[in-house]
Amino acid sequence: MEFFNAIVALSNFVVIPALAYGSQLALGALGVTLIYGILRFSNFAHGDTMAFGTMVTILMTWWFQSIGIGLGPLPTALLAMPFGIVGCAAMVLLTDRTVYRFYRAQKVKPVILVIVSMGVMFVMNGLVRFIIGPGDQRFADGERFVITARDFKTMTGLDEGMAIKSTQGITVVTAVIVVGLLFWFLTYTRTGKSMRAYSDNEDLALLSGINPERVVLVTWLIVAALATVAGTLYGLDKSFKPFTYFQLLLPIFASAIVGGLGSPLGAIAGGFVIAFSEVTITYAWKKVLVYLLPESLEPSGLVQLLSTDYKFAVSFVILLIVLLFRPTGLFRGKSV
Amino acid sequence: MKKMMMMATAATALMAGSVSAEDVKIGVILGYTGPIESLTPHMAESAELAMSEINDSGAFMDGMTLVPERADSTCIDSSAATAAAERLITSEGIKGIMGADCSGVTGAILSNVAVSNGMVMISPSATSPGLTTAEDNGFFFRTAPSDARQGQVLADILKSRDISEVAVTYTNNDYGKGLSDSFVSSFEEAGGTVTLAAPHEDNKADYSAEVGALASAGGDVLVVLGYADSGGKGMIRASLDTGAFDTFMMGDGMYGDALMDEVGAEMPGSFGAVPWSSGQGAEAFAEITDAAGINGGSSFTRESYDAAALIALAMQSAGTVEPGEYKTHVMDVANEPGEKIYPGELGKALKILADGGEVNYEGATNVELIGPGEAAGTYREYEIKDADFETVQFR
Repeated sequence: MEFFNAIVALSNFVVIPALAYGSQLALGALGVTLIYGILRFSNFAHGDTMAFGTMVTILMTWWFQSIGIGLGPLPTALLAMPFGIVGCAAMVLLTDRTVYRFYRAQKVKPVILVIVSMGVMFVMNGLVRFIIGPGDQRFADGERFVITARDFKTMTGLDEGMAIKSTQGITVVTAVIVVGLLFWFLTYTRTGKSMRAYSDNEDLALLSGINPERVVLVTWLIVAALATVAGTLYGLDKSFKPFTYFQLLLPIFASAIVGGLGSPLGAIAGGFVIAFSEVTITYAWKKVLVYLLPESLEPSGLVQLLSTDYKFAVSFVILLIVLLFRPTGLFRGKSV
Repeated sequence: MKKMMMMATAATALMAGSVSAEDVKIGVILGYTGPIESLTPHMAESAELAMSEINDSGAFMDGMTLVPERADSTCIDSSAATAAAERLITSEGIKGIMGADCSGVTGAILSNVAVSNGMVMISPSATSPGLTTAEDNGFFFRTAPSDARQGQVLADILKSRDISEVAVTYTNNDYGKGLSDSFVSSFEEAGGTVTLAAPHEDNKADYSAEVGALASAGGDVLVVLGYADSGGKGMIRASLDTGAFDTFMMGDGMYGDALMDEVGAEMPGSFGAVPWSSGQGAEAFAEITDAAGINGGSSFTRESYDAAALIALAMQSAGTVEPGEYKTHVMDVANEPGEKIYPGELGKALKILADGGEVNYEGATNVELIGPGEAAGTYREYEIKDADFETVQFR
């Protein structure tokens, strides 16, 4: 019994939240890594691209809600997400046509594209705030919980509760589906193969007749879809506020770099590494240890490695260590 | 060179002479730009309302008039605020400062300009506990209560509810840290235990790490000293979702309708405190602001009105507009004994003082200055029922 209590407490406060957060980071990092791999620059506008896609989704969700269309226990936002993806894709293609294409034709250095993406970031940031406002927006509906902490306690008779939010469930499931689709696309379709070829060696790919504009177009479409899905899942799980999405940029980049920029598999691993390290290293283990250890050995302190103040330091220390000892990231991406 | 100096002096004398000797300038130093720019216009208008009320009565210092001089404190930029105050004092010749607003710039103006120039400052909205012990030579007052007092009030509320073990989370800035420190020390003094006081950052992506640590530390309630539309709400949301805590005690930053709309229904029985004004003073203030077409319901408007009124009444009581002289009269007019004065009755107060009587200025916020000249403040203790704030009592 004691052992089960320990497991449940650990899952409730560490494993489940970190899994959901990790999935959101992984989806965001996938977008960053694809742009880095194929278009060869770090897209600082990614956080705000997520915000833009989510905003379109939210506006559609509100419209659906107002005319009474819903998905029952599932959030209406899932229904609105395809529209969000289309809106976001239109937006990124427009930016690509008006901004990035000009610089691509000049064959500018990646660092200039990074600065350009910062400009795009500010414009998108302003646009989102202008349209939907800088405040918090709520759009989640449907069932909030798969199982609540209280129900879990009465069901199992344990002292500890375990809550699983439906948004957490949806996040993990959607992330798995999206990642599966992406890998299938990259590995087995003609366009996917040409994208990988273009990423591996641009000149060789051009020589074999791959149309670069088409590769760029498909990449932006995929990135728009990933960004919208990640943003919407994040907004459903927590809340939507443009400034928070801008702040998400840091952990997303940390995930992509830890995993290895340009490596899709690395982006996913990186997302989970960052999420789990943020939660576990600052977790106070007292509760779990009290259940596991005999009474004489019970800790009197909190058994917390680092105070939660250092939560963000943790991900950056990991980032530093990875860059020092394995500059290409855990999964051999491109060196930064 | 000497000649030029002479000319400059003469010019200054001329310029000074062009201002009517009957005018008394009062600086209204607030952050007209910056993070609280939406609040400050209403605050300034309220302060100016008090001044025009005094001018209209014609009873101020045998017919002198108060002239407000606005200057921008920016709320966050200490050097800009100091320069603005310096300009008002040296070139405008103000006789008192209604301001500043945010705690940081208020402290900067106080130590850099006000004390060295001997200028009285009454702040309507600086709440940092640090200002209580600031070196002010008796020149600094505030009509907003210090957060040290709020910490005490929160500890008292827990005591009256027989809660002895709590976990604390605060927003990681001067406000949150100051309030948390004052609460923790008051609560521990009263015999309570704080299992963990952990900060949280506002606008962050994820709060599960913070909630996990707090849940492990345990406690009967979680004390949330943050902002209702930011990290504070995120912490409550995450605590409710994981079942870590279901009762919360909240500081003044958490008071907002947005919080109730979103999570109010899930946290019945949670409670907290917020500075509040009620009764005769607040009603009288609402009446005169409505009549003047000013938004008197905005934050710190009442405190601003009171700050401006206190400066004028202290001058009248001292019989002089010199800051060094009237500073000792601020406490006299604000506190007992004397006739109680409410908003709209400033003319009456001036006459009583002119006749050598005494007044007890209550104003819009039941002003009572304690310690080194700061408002004792009235707090409304509320409890959450049916997703709404319900008043328990006033403290």
